[in-house]
Amino acid sequence: MSNWIINQGLSAFILVVWMGINIFLFVYYYLFYDLGPQFEYTRELLGSALAWARAPAAVLNFNCMLILLPVCRNLLSLLRGSFIYFALLKQLDKNLTFHKLVAYMIALMTAVHTVAHLLNAEWYTNSFQGRYGPLASKLSMLGDSRELNTTYLNPFRSNSTTPTIFVFTTIAGLTGVVITLALILIITSSMEVIRRSYFEVFWYTHHLFIIFFAGLVFHGAGRIVRSQQVTNPPHNNSFCKDQPENWGKIPECPVPQFAGGFPQTWMWVIGPMIIYLCERLLRFIRYMQPVSYRKIVIRPSKVLELQLVKPGFKMEVGQYVFLNCPAISQLEWHPFTMTSAPEEDFFSVHIRSVGDWTEKLIKMVENLPEGGMAVDGPFGTASEDVFDYEVSMLVGAGIGVTPFASILKSIWYKFKDSDPKLRTKRIYFYWLCRETYAFEWFADLLQVLEKDMEERGMRDFLTYKLYLTGWDQSHVNHAMVHFDKDTDIITGLKQKTHYGRPNWDREFEQVRQENPSSVVGTFLCGPQALAKDLEKKCVRYSDVDPRKTTFYFNKENF
Amino acid sequence: MGKIEWAMWANEQALAAGLIYATGGIVGVAGQFRGWQFAAFGIAAGVFVCLLEYPRSKRGKGTSVERTGQYCFTVCVKAFGPLTRNYYVRAFLHAALCVPGGFMLATVLGCVCLGIASLIYLSAAIHGEHWEPILPRTEPPKRVGNSIKEPPQNPPPRPPPELRRKKADKLETAAYDNPMSVTINE
Repeated sequence: MSNWIINQGLSAFILVVWMGINIFLFVYYYLFYDLGPQFEYTRELLGSALAWARAPAAVLNFNCMLILLPVCRNLLSLLRGSFIYFALLKQLDKNLTFHKLVAYMIALMTAVHTVAHLLNAEWYTNSFQGRYGPLASKLSMLGDSRELNTTYLNPFRSNSTTPTIFVFTTIAGLTGVVITLALILIITSSMEVIRRSYFEVFWYTHHLFIIFFAGLVFHGAGRIVRSQQVTNPPHNNSFCKDQPENWGKIPECPVPQFAGGFPQTWMWVIGPMIIYLCERLLRFIRYMQPVSYRKIVIRPSKVLELQLVKPGFKMEVGQYVFLNCPAISQLEWHPFTMTSAPEEDFFSVHIRSVGDWTEKLIKMVENLPEGGMAVDGPFGTASEDVFDYEVSMLVGAGIGVTPFASILKSIWYKFKDSDPKLRTKRIYFYWLCRETYAFEWFADLLQVLEKDMEERGMRDFLTYKLYLTGWDQSHVNHAMVHFDKDTDIITGLKQKTHYGRPNWDREFEQVRQENPSSVVGTFLCGPQALAKDLEKKCVRYSDVDPRKTTFYFNKENF
Repeated sequence: MGKIEWAMWANEQALAAGLIYATGGIVGVAGQFRGWQFAAFGIAAGVFVCLLEYPRSKRGKGTSVERTGQYCFTVCVKAFGPLTRNYYVRAFLHAALCVPGGFMLATVLGCVCLGIASLIYLSAAIHGEHWEPILPRTEPPKRVGNSIKEPPQNPPPRPPPELRRKKADKLETAAYDNPMSVTINE
């Protein structure tokens, strides 16, 4: 239980606070409209349906304000750079999860809000047509006329207004339908199946959010939610409601006056809208910066290494950039983790051929590249924190090793310069891969590191284990024959390659034994199933006691 | 825009539309709205669309992800043959089903969503897509390889001769030669 608190406690806390605010807003505004005296006559016409519509509206205001914030990646990057309490930073990893949660809440509240307003529209019509008794009819008959000094309560003003006509002739109705439609299209195209297979459909349809926010801001402009105003002399509701026919004729009951509520949604969303606009502007400005090719290498296993130079570009270890190649597609931006170290005067990415865009890119650079590239970023992810931990466990599966390549290179540079900022005392590096060709990329890097460590007598600093998960009989035969060679037959490194998947219990136990009373950060770039496994192990092998080892888990995902 | 199978998005949209259509219909009937007959139709049409759209089609390329428990629906939908296989039929069907929804406010959202789904299905049909059931694959039983019945032709691999030669001074104590370490692998 206590281990769970260390690893998940803050996320749970934030969720509880968010849900608490939602519940508070819902209940507060429900009671405001259901009990407030200025809505007594409205309730005469609509019962509780107005409260049922306004309560989700308040929750919607709050969540529409929140939804834009987690996707401002430049803003989040700035926050990560500044000095904030260490544990809070881990929450920023879960920005997309939070975005989706807020989106679900918006969808749910939209449904409640819409159903309540359907009831409202119907009951307003019924009131106007006299189906609810004399008080309701009198209230509905109140016209909107300066000469007679009356203000209306019921937005349905004539017998021929059906709910459908009402919706399409009022600002609130029209914007409501349009933005609900936009929301539905956004949601259906964001389903995991569509998002993972056809990112373009998801991304382009998602831009309907512009229509959503525009409509949302104007949704209340018609001011059709009316509250009763104080008149002089005052209109005593409890006395006057039984005698609507005498209104305006006796001094105790002047004709009641109503006015529409001031639209408030814009006050909630204007801030985040401006922030998001700045975010997109920043992305555009970065897009316009010229990027030049320094070196292009095609590696085995259809992997492309691009070394690029951009003026004013500063990065940290394990960050990623978005690349855009106008020659292939004007609007597509794809994320790639950088594989170079900040100490180098260029930045590099290793790109694997997995889909249309990457295939076309590799084909394009095989002949000389005809177009330029645009780069947005860098953006920070969890790997930035790796030097803050005394001990780090780095796990990379296949191409997921890329952020760690950046880290290892940076270590090498920091080592050479004896950088005092390096808090790390030990690093354990686990690389899981299916095919042997994949080792070639970084075999030279690891060889250089290995030699360097030995020369400086710091063999313990970096412990790395390579796991070949796609081994077969030929590997076994080969290994058996060359068992006694000093270096590994596949990589040429002194550390032997392991076959099969790692036994994580043993690994965690070993790290715990070799590093008592340390804080260990575990970093993974790999599949979801492995993330769950490692997270469980972190919780299991952690100890609340600060004199014993504690494990923290960080995950990257694209 | 990449090789997209429009039917996948049309399917999500239509399923959502069916739910919205049915919900609007329930509100209309339960609230006894004017024009509740259209709402009743909306419930029926919405439920029908949900049943029709629940089983996902097999994708042309790539792995198909089933919805939970969709197998029985797949069987039912498959039984209608070309009517459910062809997306032109579906596009037309959805367009026809959505029209009555436009006559009443509670179902108008379902009507528009279903109309949009119909248009996306039309696009899918024009691109030549069709509905394919996802059926469980029957794997042929694994056969034991033939080689197990034949004795090995060659001796097992041995290290080169210079390693096999016993050292003269250790001849008495050496009981036998161990070409490989027999301790547990690290």
